[in-house]
This record gives sequence, structure tokens and C-alpha cells, in this order.
Amino acid sequence: MSATTFAWLVLAFPLAGTIIIGLGFRRWPGQVAAWIATGAIFLSFLAAVATLIKLQGLTPIHRQLTSSLWDYAVTVGINARMSILVDPLSVFMILVVSGVSTLIHLYSISYMRSDRGINRYFAYLNFFVFSMLLLVLAANFLLLIVGWAFVGAASYLLISFWYRRKTATQAGIKAFVINVVGDVGLVLGTFFIFKHTHTLDFLGSFAAARHGAFGAGTNNGDLVAGCVLLLVGAFAKSAQIPLHTWLPDAMEGPTPVSALIHAATMVTAGVYLIARMHPLFERAPAAQDVGAVIGVLTLFIAGTIGLVVTDIKRVIAYSTMSQIGYMIMAVSVGAYSAGLFHLMTHAFFKALLFMAAGSIIGAMGGEQSLNKMGGFRKALPFTYACFIIGGLALSAIPPFSGFWSKDDILLMVGERGGWHWALYGLAYVGALFTGIYTFRMIFRAFHGEPVPEARELIEHGHLYHPEHPFNPNDGELEDTDVGFPGPEHVIAEREPQMKIAMGLLAIGAIFLGFLQIPRVTSVIDNFLAPSFTDSRLYNLHTQTANLDVGLLLSTVIGLLGIFIAYMVWIRHPGSSAKFQARFGAIYQLLSHKWYFDEAIDILVLRPGAWTGRFAQQTFERVVVNGTIVDGTTGIVRAGSAAVRSLQSGFLRYYVALLVLGAAGVAFYFLLQT
Amino acid sequence: MNIGWYLAVSAIIFTLGAVGVMTRRNPLVVLLCLEMMLNGGNLALIAFSRMLGNGDGQIFAIIVITVAACEVCIGLGMVVAIFRRSLPIDVDELTELQG
Repeated sequence: MSATTFAWLVLAFPLAGTIIIGLGFRRWPGQVAAWIATGAIFLSFLAAVATLIKLQGLTPIHRQLTSSLWDYAVTVGINARMSILVDPLSVFMILVVSGVSTLIHLYSISYMRSDRGINRYFAYLNFFVFSMLLLVLAANFLLLIVGWAFVGAASYLLISFWYRRKTATQAGIKAFVINVVGDVGLVLGTFFIFKHTHTLDFLGSFAAARHGAFGAGTNNGDLVAGCVLLLVGAFAKSAQIPLHTWLPDAMEGPTPVSALIHAATMVTAGVYLIARMHPLFERAPAAQDVGAVIGVLTLFIAGTIGLVVTDIKRVIAYSTMSQIGYMIMAVSVGAYSAGLFHLMTHAFFKALLFMAAGSIIGAMGGEQSLNKMGGFRKALPFTYACFIIGGLALSAIPPFSGFWSKDDILLMVGERGGWHWALYGLAYVGALFTGIYTFRMIFRAFHGEPVPEARELIEHGHLYHPEHPFNPNDGELEDTDVGFPGPEHVIAEREPQMKIAMGLLAIGAIFLGFLQIPRVTSVIDNFLAPSFTDSRLYNLHTQTANLDVGLLLSTVIGLLGIFIAYMVWIRHPGSSAKFQARFGAIYQLLSHKWYFDEAIDILVLRPGAWTGRFAQQTFERVVVNGTIVDGTTGIVRAGSAAVRSLQSGFLRYYVALLVLGAAGVAFYFLLQT
Repeated sequence: MNIGWYLAVSAIIFTLGAVGVMTRRNPLVVLLCLEMMLNGGNLALIAFSRMLGNGDGQIFAIIVITVAACEVCIGLGMVVAIFRRSLPIDVDELTELQG
């Protein structure tokens, strides 16, 4: 079997899983559906590995295969096919997506055990994986848009999974609406590109761009517009400023969903998109600059917000935004392999952090606020170890994976020179924040005085269960019928499936960085190279002048962040309150998340609502109803009343009119002659 | 003889019929006046036929007479129906078809 056959199988297994679970979702007993779903994704992962092996068997210049199942519409100027593109980039993505998804499915089996919606959950989750794989395997813009919209829909379904929580449904709607803004950008951008390349195929479009569809030089107006609109799509999906506000709210979903969709896979779709479209972006440096600037702003702003957020999942969510900012910046400055490398390592350590957070939330009985946590180190030793590994990888401490990938990005950004040095500097500031907020979270949750929930676990060996389950976000009582916090909570220490999933991710978080160590190995670089043969920027980082300085600086900054966190939250507890009092204005700014929600409210929502009210109360009532509709009926009524009065029923009167008319006609003709 | 005389007689008969239809209220008389109007027309047709020397006008006149017979048939039938239902025999009273 060829590589493309295996790639089709990669798509087929999750789809089959969705359909099988979906068809019988009322009937599957216990965890059967969960195991079916996990098995489907695992088979998909095996098929992805097989694709990789087959692809590596080919010579590098032939590692771009397309395969088409059928044609939707093929005519002059349009070629809509059900076709996939198998090249190192897409294989890289399907490996990450299916691999991490398998582990998260495994984790979910335990985590969602007591939820009555478990079958629905796994149907959604398989659907999401299918959509994501479709997105990364698509060989033309059409399928890309389909996959793009599908993952948005799956994300919506999973965020509002506990649909009786009002906060969850609102968060789902918010995510969906913002993602649709991105979808519109993607579709419009596609039009701009299609207008010149006359094909929907990726490879065809790139070839057309190479042969001058957008003129000989760079920064053709339509191309820049198209690329910026593609970036809008990428920003919405990848939670970049200013379309990021949905991601922290998306933490309303079950924790494994946050791990899978809102950390490891879906939110990296924007990174993939820019990397995939690199032949277009490299001809539009203006659009690349937009991406780089937005990326660096996001990583900085999200990092600062992460310093003050108290919801443990939201801290990780802001850290996700920040890390994706690094990736977006990387792929926008041409550091494709570095960005994708960070995508992979981030998928591992961020999924690990979310899973560990899920475990501690389980121990807290659904509570997510850091203010109420503390001293869980002894109660949850395994979770603590995972948190430390994930945290060290996230803070980029050698030799953990995040160090190598983040340093790769920073090195490449510095290598570009010019004004990119500003990005370089801000990215290091962001790296400092990363260390601080990560270890702030760890120190606050695991160190210090054990809270009653932790003590109950240590001393009595049983999990804390709140008497009345409540929504941690607004304190409302929960309906446990729909699930979590549900009748049961779980912690990783007691669930083998969770332990296996987290253990494997932890191993990945430690060792994956060794795939690409400067001067030693360059597996990712070499593997991805065939996808980027036509890139001017791909093989830029051969110079190593800044390499040692960069590595040293990264290490020092990462350690410095941890040291600051240690000083503030362990050594001098209470000093954070002093900082809050001292820098009240900054604290206000950060705790209001830089007022993005408020700004969007004022700039978009209120004018929108005002326009709607105007249209409904003034325009519709006065103009449409009052003038157009009532006016028309008035005219018809008056006319028919006039005609009706002629129908008197008096025969002689009719005859008189008839005679008069006939006489009138006769006179007319007489006068004519 | 000049055709003008024939047409004058025809016009007089037609006008008398029309005035009768407009002024009389008894349906029977209205029907009679209608017949006068039709026959005024017939007279003009036949006069022209003679003047031009072919039979087309006469054929028209015969067709008009046929139509008149049909119309009288229906009209008298309605008069009988009105009488049987003991409705007023007066066209001004029969105004049920007003709008």
C-alpha cells in the first residue's frame, strides 16, 4: 500500500468511530464507546506511522504526493476534488494530532467515566480528530475550509458540552462566533488567491505563484490582501490578538477537551496554515510582518495576563496563547521548522499540564481557583511530578523539550536581523513571564499549607466531594444529571489510563527536544525540508554566531523566572499582595485582561446591538412596515373601494355607462376622420 | 334610393331601443327594447349588403337573428324564473349583484 492509502486510512478511522458511536449513542453501555473511540484514534495513529514510513521510503524530491478520491466539480477554472496532500508537513501534523489525541482519549476514558454524556462526548471527540486530520491533509482550499469549519463546530460542541451550565453555552457561542469571523477571513482570502491562480489546488496555486500569477516582484496588492485575510483566519483559530478572547472562556469545556483542542491541536491550525501557505506568504512580506508582530504582541500580552489569572485552567490557557504567539511569530519570519518543532513539543507538555490540572481539579471537587488550592505536593505526587515536568518544559529549562524548540525559534528570529531584533527582545521578556506564571501556578497549587481537600486526601485517603456541586465560575448549583462535577471525581493517582497517558506525555515532554539539538541533531529540519524546497528562508539558520549566547540567555531567563516565582510565592508569601497594592494600575489592567473584552464590547457589540435596535424599532417599524407595506395595502384598498362603488347592481346604470362608452368611442373615430 | 335613409331609420330604431333599455324597468319591456336594438343593426347590415351587391351582410343579419333568438330564450327564461319566485318584476329591485 502506498503512503496515500495509509493517509486515507488515517482519515477513515476517526470518521468510522464517530459514525459508529453516533449511531448507537443511546445504547453503548458503560465505557464501550470510549474504548471504541480510543481504538479508532489509535488505529489512525498507526496508519499515520505507516504513512510516515512509506513516505520516508521515497527519495526526498518525490515526497509530495496527492491522491484524489472523487471530483466534486471540475470545470474550466474550478477543480474541487476530494483530494489529500501527503508531504512531510502534513505527515508531521497527522502524527502529532493522532498521537496526542490517542493519549487524550485514553485519559478521557477515566476522566469522563461518571458523566452520563460519555457517548456523546466521545462521538464529538472523534469528530474533532477527523476534522483536524482533514484540515491538515487537505490538498486544496476547499477541503481546508471544510476542515477548518468542522473543527470550529467540534470545538463549539465540546466547549458547551455541559450544556446546562449557562457559562459553558455562552463560552461556546463566543468561541463559535469569533471562529466564524476567522472562517470568513479564510474564505475571502481564498478568493483573492483564486482570482489570480485560477486553481484551488495548493500545489497548483503555489506553482502559479512561482510562475508569476502575482507579478514578478513581491507584495502584490491582491496577494497581500489574501494573505492578511488568511491570517485573520489563523488568528481566530489560534487565539491571537485581537481575536483571542474566546480561548480563556473555552476552558468551560471538560479538561481533556482543553488539553486536546484548546492546547495541543486545533489552536495550532493557524500555525499550520501559515507554514502550508509559505510560498504565498514569502511573496507577501508585508503579510508576514503582520503575522510576526501580532504573534509577538500576543505572546507578550498573554504572558502578562497569565501572571494574575487565578483560574488554574485559564493560566494554562493564557500560556497556550503565548506559546502559539511564539509559533505564529516563527512561521511568519520563515522559521518554519522551528515553529512546527515548538508546535510538537508544546502539544506534549501543554496537554500534560492540562491533564495534571484536570487531576488536581478532580481532587478539589471541581474547584478551579488557585486561591483555594495549596499543598497538594504530598497528596498528588504523580500529578506533581507531571506538573513539574510540563512546567520545566514550558519554561524552557534545558534539557526539557520546550527549551530546544523555543530556543530554535528565538535563534531564527534573531538571525533575520533588522527590526526583528525587537521581536527577539520581546520574546525573551515573554519567556521570563512564562517561567514566572508557570511556577506561580505550581507553587500556589502544590506548595504551602495543605488545604482541607489536600489534607483529606493525605490523612484519610479519600477524595473530597462537595456536598452540593456547583459551577466554579459563577457559584451556581449544578445539575449533576448532565455530568461533571458529577457523582465522581478522578485523580491521576488512582486511574491507570490517566497515568499511562500522562506518563507517555511526560516522557515526550522530556525527550522530544533531542530530535533537534543545535550542532548535534536536526531531525525535524531534515524531515520537513522536502515541503519547503521552494522557500528562501528555510535554511537560514546555519550561522551559529548567536547560538551559544542564545542558549545561555534562554537558560538564564527561564531559571530567573522560576527564581522570581520562588521568591514571591514561597520565600516571601504575601509579597504578591504588596505588588498588587504598589502597582494597582498595572494590576487592574492585567486582571481585566488588557480590557480586550470591554473594547470589543464597545467597538463591536454595542454598535452592532444599536444598529440592530435601530433597524428593528425605527427602520423596520417606520420604513418597512409603516411606509412600504402599509402604503401598498392602502393604495390597493382605496383603488378597490373606488371600483367597488361602480358595481351598484343597477342594470340600467350599467347600460347607460355602456352606451356612453360606445358613443364616446364612436365620437372619437368620427372626429378622427 | 340613397343609403342614408336606410341608415337613418336603422339609427332611429337602435336609439329608441337603447333609450327603452335605459328607461324602462319591466324586464319584459327591456328585452323587447333589446330586440329593437338588434334589429336596428340588422337593418343597417342588410342595407349595406344591398348597396355592395353581395350577401355577406345578409349572412351577418341571419347570425344576429340567431343570437337574438338565443338571448330571448334565456331572457324570457329568467323572467319566468323571477315570476315563479314571486320576486318583484322590476330591474331596479334586482340589485343583488352589487359589489
